[in-house]
Amino acid sequence: MPDEKTETTASGDIGSSLSRKAEAPESARSISGHPLVQLTLTRLREFLREPEAVFWVFIFPVLLACALGIAFRNTAPEKIRIAIEDDGRDSKLITELAASLARSRDVTPVVFDPVAAARALRTGNVALVVRRADSDSAARPEHAEAGVTHNSNPIAAAYPPLVFRYDPTRPESRTARLAIDDALRRANGLVDGVNIREQTVTEPGARYIDFLIPGLIGLNLMGSGMWGVGFAIVSARSRKLLKRFAATPMRRSHYLLSFMFSRLVFLALEVAALVVFARLAFGVVVRGAHIDLALCAVAGALTFSGLGLFVASRARTVEGVSGLMNFVMLPMWLLSGTFFSAARFPALLQPFIKVLPLTALNDVLRAVINDGVSLSTQWPQVIILLSWGLISFAVALRIFRWQ
Amino acid sequence: MTSENASIQQRVTAAASCRGLSKSFGNVTAVNDLDLEVRFGECFGLLGPNGAGKTTTLEILEGLTAPTSGTVEVLGCSWGAGRDRELRQRIAVQLQETQLAEKLTVSETVRLFRSFYQRGRDPDTVIHLVELDEKSATRVGKLSGGQRQRLAAACALVSDPELLFLDEPTTGLDPQARLKLWEVIEEYRKSGGTVVLTTHYMEEAERLCDRIAIMDHGKVIALGSPAQLIAELDADQIVEFRIAGTLDETGLTSLPGVRRVLARDGAYALTVTEIGHALPALLGELARQRVELVTLTTHQATLEDVFVSLTGRMLRDA
Repeated sequence: MPDEKTETTASGDIGSSLSRKAEAPESARSISGHPLVQLTLTRLREFLREPEAVFWVFIFPVLLACALGIAFRNTAPEKIRIAIEDDGRDSKLITELAASLARSRDVTPVVFDPVAAARALRTGNVALVVRRADSDSAARPEHAEAGVTHNSNPIAAAYPPLVFRYDPTRPESRTARLAIDDALRRANGLVDGVNIREQTVTEPGARYIDFLIPGLIGLNLMGSGMWGVGFAIVSARSRKLLKRFAATPMRRSHYLLSFMFSRLVFLALEVAALVVFARLAFGVVVRGAHIDLALCAVAGALTFSGLGLFVASRARTVEGVSGLMNFVMLPMWLLSGTFFSAARFPALLQPFIKVLPLTALNDVLRAVINDGVSLSTQWPQVIILLSWGLISFAVALRIFRWQ
Repeated sequence: MTSENASIQQRVTAAASCRGLSKSFGNVTAVNDLDLEVRFGECFGLLGPNGAGKTTTLEILEGLTAPTSGTVEVLGCSWGAGRDRELRQRIAVQLQETQLAEKLTVSETVRLFRSFYQRGRDPDTVIHLVELDEKSATRVGKLSGGQRQRLAAACALVSDPELLFLDEPTTGLDPQARLKLWEVIEEYRKSGGTVVLTTHYMEEAERLCDRIAIMDHGKVIALGSPAQLIAELDADQIVEFRIAGTLDETGLTSLPGVRRVLARDGAYALTVTEIGHALPALLGELARQRVELVTLTTHQATLEDVFVSLTGRMLRDA
């Protein structure tokens, strides 16, 4: 218990301690007594004492990175399962086909009876079914029947007519079809005249996880910036705490700035958590300068806390602000190229997608982390990003509802 | 109090005042052409039922709500004249239902409020003052209603204000918690502070306030010290009784010492001057009319009775 207590009287007689002349005004206040410091400390305390918030900001992104990283990890390229239909007519052919195809790098053959083969194809268990053609259907090319193609190339000499049964809309099945064709040619000594040397790109920096991590950092900066600021402000407003603050000489800019400052503190932690995790678990490296990454993250955090402030500037209830937040963030979740490249969307949408703050942030983060370029080359995106932040902060200050 | 403030007090006669104050929310007139003057060093109460316009009046004085018309002066300054922040350094406010941040401790909350003011009191001293020493490290979310109200008072007192506004400071508190808060307010008064408070508890107004403005429908319907207001009733006792059956009321008004009769649903309230004469006469009249008495109580006239006599309604259910 602090020393001042000893000067005051016993609790029954609280009178003398209340004398308003008893304490000299503090002319020089310590830094810890500065309102901006106290407000920022309040933000930090409130956040750290909210276990759910800590989970969503720090743990969730790491879990997400983990799950997606494992789902899309690049191990040895997976072989595609195909089925060889054994109708009992020609067991020698079946054995030969199985042996030839087993040597392929791309497919794994399994032998099924006709019923099992049909079911396996239907359920996606195998990508393609190879069977010996019925003698009559072998006579005429069958393009009328979709998805059924006849084998009609030089290896016809080595095998009786074969039927490949597959769904041409499945890329895997089309790959299987080419792979089988190739495997059967090789098995019979038929090699293409073109000499091809393969160069594979599975080294760190070109994998899906390398693409994903910068996107997750961007997404996390958006989510924690907007939710962190928006929820805290609207809940303070609905509990009349904002009104109480408005009744003090507190500078309103100090209150709003405290959100920005506390974001910067957590930002360092949340970005570091993801970068370090990605490095240790998946070997994702930051190719650009770390200072550039830090600057992008700061720009992103400030922009999205500004946007969060704007979204929360009028809402009276937490439910109301949740709806607004989702309205603002959902398009960016989908369009801004977090989980897959934004280039997949139609050209018509591209100008709109390009000016979204999360697109700009993701592009800059990828440029710095994956491509290792200098931040200075990314000025158009940085300008887009900061414009969003500055404009929304300025508008929020003007339209902010204190009561 | 600094000499600068003292010189302002010499020039300024009222700690807070308003003239011709009105406030409308759409079609609803919350405050209707109100004149008030709060003197330095006094505790001024706005007493009235819910919806009488007390909170609106207080929030206009606090500079939180802009009036529709009329002028307001607080410590010699007007709101919106470019000196608001300076003025806010000198006043403190306790709102009706602020929920302070639940995750902060008592000590952290008071320190936060202290940081907003250039001058003020030591947070630990103020926490001791409101008897929350033992709860200093407890989070606000774990405090009882009375403790929260005392914490709210501490947040207001930590700025060492010249003028303290309290909006229904003890609403919803149990009697013991209310008593503790009253002590805190009384001690602040003793140190020379000026208080403006709203309440709908007459006993709170009687105990704390030097002067009271009774409000109803946005207007002041009576103004004076509690003793004056009760004296204006011209009665020192109230006789309340309940009967079974019916009673001819005209017989009551002519009884000796009875000033006024108020009847509602078989319950009667008589305003009387000389209880010694009035009571036997009343019992005689009831016997004459062969009416069966169910209950009978007498009490000293209170502000509640003043309100009832002015409006014909009870304070708590008006």
